[in-house]
Amino acid sequence: MIEIPRLPLADWIDAGLDVLTDQFATATKIVSNLMETGIEGAVETLMWLPPWASILLISLLAWRLAGARTAVLALLGLGLLWNLGLWEPTLQTLVLVLIATLIAVLIGAPLGILAALSPTAYRIVFPVLDFMQTMPAFVYLIPAIPFFGLGPVAAVFSTVIFAMPPAIRLTTLGIRQVPADLVEAADAFGSTRWQKLAKVQLPLAVPTIMAGINQTIMLALSMVVIAAMIGAQGLGGEVWRAIQRNEAGMGFEAGLAVVILAMVLDRITQGIGRRNPSRAG
Amino acid sequence: MPEEQSVKIAVRGLTKVFGDEPERALELLRQGETKQTILERTGQAVGVADASFDVYEGEILVVMGLSGSGKSSLIRCLNRLNEPTCGEILIDGQDIVGLDHRALLEVRRRKFGMVFQHFALFPHRTIRENVEYGLEIQGMAPEARAEKALVALRQVGLEGWENATPGQLSGGMQQRVGLARALAVDPDVLLMDEAFSALDPLIRRDMQQELVALQNRMQKTIVFITHDLDEALFLGNRIILMKDARIEQVGSAEDILSNPATAYVERFVAEVDKTKVLTAGAVMRRARTVAFTTDGPRTVLRKMEDEDLNVLCVVEGDFRLRGIVRDETALAAVQRGARSIQDIIEPGIEPVSPETPVRDLFGPLAAGPLPAPVIDEAGRLKGIVVRASLLQGLAEAGLANGNGSVEPETPEAPASEPSATEEHAA
Repeated sequence: MIEIPRLPLADWIDAGLDVLTDQFATATKIVSNLMETGIEGAVETLMWLPPWASILLISLLAWRLAGARTAVLALLGLGLLWNLGLWEPTLQTLVLVLIATLIAVLIGAPLGILAALSPTAYRIVFPVLDFMQTMPAFVYLIPAIPFFGLGPVAAVFSTVIFAMPPAIRLTTLGIRQVPADLVEAADAFGSTRWQKLAKVQLPLAVPTIMAGINQTIMLALSMVVIAAMIGAQGLGGEVWRAIQRNEAGMGFEAGLAVVILAMVLDRITQGIGRRNPSRAG
Repeated sequence: MPEEQSVKIAVRGLTKVFGDEPERALELLRQGETKQTILERTGQAVGVADASFDVYEGEILVVMGLSGSGKSSLIRCLNRLNEPTCGEILIDGQDIVGLDHRALLEVRRRKFGMVFQHFALFPHRTIRENVEYGLEIQGMAPEARAEKALVALRQVGLEGWENATPGQLSGGMQQRVGLARALAVDPDVLLMDEAFSALDPLIRRDMQQELVALQNRMQKTIVFITHDLDEALFLGNRIILMKDARIEQVGSAEDILSNPATAYVERFVAEVDKTKVLTAGAVMRRARTVAFTTDGPRTVLRKMEDEDLNVLCVVEGDFRLRGIVRDETALAAVQRGARSIQDIIEPGIEPVSPETPVRDLFGPLAAGPLPAPVIDEAGRLKGIVVRASLLQGLAEAGLANGNGSVEPETPEAPASEPSATEEHAA
C-alpha cells in the first residue's frame, strides 16, 4: 500500500498569508487607518444633515436620473427606514457600498479594457475571475482580518474582491461587442489605439459597463451585510445582532432595509445606464 | 487614355495569406497551386495572390468578383487594414508596406478616405460629428472641422441634417454620410468597399450617378469594389476582375466585354446585357432637319415633306430643345392661316442624355411614333434616336438577332416590328 500524504495546502496558504501580512503590515495599517477615518468622516458628514433633508436629496437625485417612479420609491422607502430608526445603519451601509464600488470600478474597468484589447491579458484575467466568483464569499473575510484588523476596512477589502468581477467582465464584453466594422472605420481614418478606445469603443460600451457597475453595487451590498461578521457596522450589524439575540422581528426590519436600499440603488444606476446614448441612438 | 495618366498607386506582387503559416502557402502559390488546394493542404486562406496593377490619378478603378474572390482583402491591403504578406504598394512612389505604425497612421489620415458596405457610422455621434471624425483625430480645431464637415455634407446633399443621429436616416442617406465622412478629410484616394450593395436598386442607381458626377467635379482617384457587373460597367473607367484571389483581367468595360482574357471572364460577362453598355449617344442620328421656333407652319410642312417625316423637333436659334411639332397640327395651322408655329409646339417630350443606356429607351420608343431627342448638358439638341437607329445600333453590337433574351424589360422584342417608324430614318 502506498500512502499518499495529505497535501498541506492550508498550511501553505497560511504561510503565504503570514509572509504577506508581515511584509505589508505597516502599509496595510496606514491604509486601514486612513480609510477608517474616511469612512467615519463620510458617515458623520451625512449624519450632519437631518434625515429628511438627505431623503429629499436622494429622491431628487433619483427623479433626475431615473424618473418619477424611482423618486417616489426612494421617498417612501427611505422614509420608512427613518421611521424604523434605521437611518444611521443605512447610511453606514451606503457609505461602505459606495466606497467598495468605487474601488472595484477603479481597478476593474482598466483591467476589463486590458482584457478586451489583449488576448494574453484575457487568458490570465478571466480564470482568476472565475475563481473569485465561485469561492464562497465568507472565505474572503478571514484573510481580511490579519491585513486590516476587525472593522469596516476589512469589510471593504473583502467586498471589493467579491464585487469586482462583474465590473471587469462587462467592461470586456462591452468593448468586444462594438461592431467590427465600426472599429475598422476608426482604423481606416488613422485613429491611434487610444483614440479608437476613447472615441469609439468606450462610448459604445457604456451601457454594458453601466450594467456591470449595477451588478457590482448589488454584490457589494450583499457582501457588506455579510461583512458585519468581521465588524462592519450598518444594516448587516443590525441583522447580526438580531441573530445573536434571536429577535426575528428586528432581523426582518433590518433585512427589509437592505432590500429597500438595494432597490433604490438598482433603479438609480439602471437609470444612469439608460440615459447614456446607446447603439439604438 | 491610361498611358497619359500618372500612376497614383502601383501594386506589385501583392499577396495576402490569412493564417499562422503563410510561408507554406507562399511556397505552394509559387508552384501555381490554387486557393482551394492550399486551404485543404495547409489550412492557410489565400486572400490575394500575386496581384499587380496600377491605379491612375483621377480614375474610377472597379475591382469586381464574386464573394470570396479576394476583392475586399485586396482593397484592405491598400491601406493596410490587412497586413500584406508580401509585395509592394507604392503610393505616389512611396512603398507603404514597410512603414512603421506612426507613419502608417499618417498615410491613412492624409491619403485615404474609406466608405463601407454597411455604412459603419458611429451611432453615438451626430451626423456632423461622424463627418468630422477623420479631422478630429488629426487634431483639427473644432470650428475648422465643423466648417469642413458642412462643406462635405453639402457635397452629398445632406445640408440641414448635421444634428440628426445615424439611426434617424434612411440607408441611402446614411451612405451619403459615409461618403461625406470620407470626403471631409480631402483624401487623394477614395476606397469604396461594396459601398452601394446594401442599398435598394433605385437609390443605388442614384448614388452611382452622383458618384460619377462627384468624380467629374472633384477628380478623386476612386477604387470601388463590387460584385455587380452592371455597377462595374457603369462606374469603371477600368475594371479588375478577380477570381479565387487572383486577377483574371484588367481592362476597360469594352475590353472585358469584347475581349475576355479567360474562359472565366467570358462566362462571367455572358450574363451581361450589352444593351446596358450601349448608350443613346452611340445609336443616335444627327438631327439634320429641325424646326425653329421662328418658322411658320408652311415652312415646317415643307421640311417634313422633304425629309419624309411626320414629326420634327423644335429648337431655339441656339439649338436648345423646345418640343416637337406634328404634321397634322401643322397642316391644321396652315388651313386656319396661322403665321407661326409657336402655339402648336408640344413641349411635353422627354429628352435623354447621350449617356442614357439604350435599354431605357425601349419603353418610350415602343409606346409611339415619337423620336427620343438627345440633348447635352446645356439642353442643346445633339441628335435623335428613332426605332430604326436603335435597331441598327443593336445589330452592330451583335445583339439584335440570335438569342431572344436581349432584355426582358422590353415589351416587344425590337427585331419584331421595325416598320412603324421607318419614316423617321430617312
